[in-house]
Amino acid sequence: MAIERITHIQGTALPLGGNDIDTDRIIPARFLRSVSFEGLETHLFEDDIVQLRAQNATHAIVDTRFDGAEILVVNRNFGCGSSREHAPQALRRRGFRAVVGESFSEIFFGNSVALGMPCVSGAPAEVARLQDLVTRTPNLVVSIDLEAMQLECGDWRMPVSLSPAARESFIDGSWDATGLLLDRYEQVDETMNRLPYLNGWRA
Amino acid sequence: MPSTLFKKVWDLHTVRTLPNGQTQLFVGLHLIHEVTSPQAFDMLRARGLGVKHPERTIATVDHIVPTRDQRRPFGDVMAEDMLAALEKNTRGSGVAMFDLHSGSQGIVHVIGPELGLTQPGMTIACGDSHTSTHGAFGSVALGIGTSQVRDVLASQCLALDPLKVRRISVSGRLMPGVFAKDVILEIISRLGVNGGVGFAYEYAGDAIEHMSMDERMTICNMSIEGGARVGYVNPDQVTIDYLRGRKYAPQGDDFAVASAWWLSLASDANAAFDDEVRIDAAAIRPRVTWGINPGQSVFVDETLPRPGDVVPDERAAIAEALAFMGFGEGAPIKGTKIDVAFVGSCTNARLSDLREAARVVRGHRVATHVQALVVPGSQAVRAAAEREGLDRVFTEAGFEWRGAGCSMCLAMNQDKLEGRQICASSSNRNFKGRQGSPTGRTLLMSPAMVAAAAVAGEVVDVRDFAQYGD
Repeated sequence: MAIERITHIQGTALPLGGNDIDTDRIIPARFLRSVSFEGLETHLFEDDIVQLRAQNATHAIVDTRFDGAEILVVNRNFGCGSSREHAPQALRRRGFRAVVGESFSEIFFGNSVALGMPCVSGAPAEVARLQDLVTRTPNLVVSIDLEAMQLECGDWRMPVSLSPAARESFIDGSWDATGLLLDRYEQVDETMNRLPYLNGWRA
Repeated sequence: MPSTLFKKVWDLHTVRTLPNGQTQLFVGLHLIHEVTSPQAFDMLRARGLGVKHPERTIATVDHIVPTRDQRRPFGDVMAEDMLAALEKNTRGSGVAMFDLHSGSQGIVHVIGPELGLTQPGMTIACGDSHTSTHGAFGSVALGIGTSQVRDVLASQCLALDPLKVRRISVSGRLMPGVFAKDVILEIISRLGVNGGVGFAYEYAGDAIEHMSMDERMTICNMSIEGGARVGYVNPDQVTIDYLRGRKYAPQGDDFAVASAWWLSLASDANAAFDDEVRIDAAAIRPRVTWGINPGQSVFVDETLPRPGDVVPDERAAIAEALAFMGFGEGAPIKGTKIDVAFVGSCTNARLSDLREAARVVRGHRVATHVQALVVPGSQAVRAAAEREGLDRVFTEAGFEWRGAGCSMCLAMNQDKLEGRQICASSSNRNFKGRQGSPTGRTLLMSPAMVAAAAVAGEVVDVRDFAQYGD
């Protein structure tokens, strides 16, 4: 794989309010009935969209004011539930290149790293402020700097955080782990040799 | 230095520290199924890579299998395609596949343990968040995404950050009619659906020690619903007795060597934990979820929360859940009418779960307005239940007796709710739309509680319904 370093993400943002938005809501299980990830983006949040429409409300994902947004702004524990990579795949295929939120489920976070889509965290009040800013001015450009760990939106700035390892992998371009895991494979053989269940129970 | 099981197993499987500071962790057992693996095999092919250790990966089909008519080709074309892809990928790479003809097919988290593939001290990964189930054996087992499935196929390793460990001690004795499901729903309710992020949960205390392996699996299974990717129980004599004689467990003299090693992995008596929580088992009553995440549950004799009674931060979530469910604030959960009753899933579809449900059902009839189904966790569970005559208990009461699979837990096959139906379910998730209808509603509870609800046609306290001797 070619190394792609990710240090800055810039684009307009889409505010998606709500805590504990699970991966079944991001992409309902019936759309996982496929042997590929292709086309998943067309079903993002489909059930939520339909239910809001029935109440004469518009889900942000289909709100034309946010067309072309590349940064998703969410609240607490986003992506909880199922480990389905289909959720971050659908977001990535829809054009999102980063997610900003209060916090993320661990599996969703890891899956997003593997796709080169950073999930950065901010303080709840600041994330709410960001959602408010982009709701009022959808064409505001949001810029995330993974080196300075800072987010800028117009003349407003907020600090963001990311686990040191994930940050390092984006900056040095090693977020696709397969190659690294195959390096120095003799060390894997050594590990296997010391495991009783693989070495014939030489405990 | 005293250590936790998590740390011992993690260190033993650590290959090296990667440049970004993560651990390269060797995966002792990799389990795959038809939903999250085909894309991973495609990624391998695109990179010209093969499966490095096919002998360490095991496949089965569970999510999409029809539970009524399993003749091939399936009537469901998409399901047929997904199974065909798994068959092609496993054949091409030398990965063992437990298919519908094997007699060993079933939900991946049910068959791993029952075949003795799941063993203490292993690291176990699977492209499914309920992989935490296998932690019941004292393994470090975690759910992964498809890119990580690719990594494991390619290298038998994962790049991971270590976890902190929270010990959850459940002490005392559970009341009759209170089950492992009630305990884990209580834990999630207390610690929150994101309380476990960054942690492995160690379940300890005499209430856990007295549990069977089936019950421990129910507890560990739902760790992820509390945000914890890993949950485990220290191996003990119960673990050893369960594994003895299983097909893929160590055989002959090896079993004694293995047993001694397994016991040595348990957390040391004076190990330090990053956090500790204590739960009084005797205070737990049957629990039922009322909302749209597994943390939203009450004891069956309690009433639903009122948004006005909670901290401002939680009000919107409670109001949203009540609105989706169509429930009134402060209403009792008991007496909630149900349309469907589902006994199944990797949480609660093992033989002991079916026995508890059957014990409640015996001699009764399912309420006329309720559709009730039992979906055994595996072909082996189904066969064992039939040998005991449980299938007849269920069918005579009006339950449907189905083939093994994930079924209505996530409705990737034909088994799904319709419209606004309410389902009393022994599964693990009550998310909006989870059971196949975007507006369908799920009430999570123990299998015995599901059985009682099926008969009564509404949520009841199983302790009022069945006789539980002491």
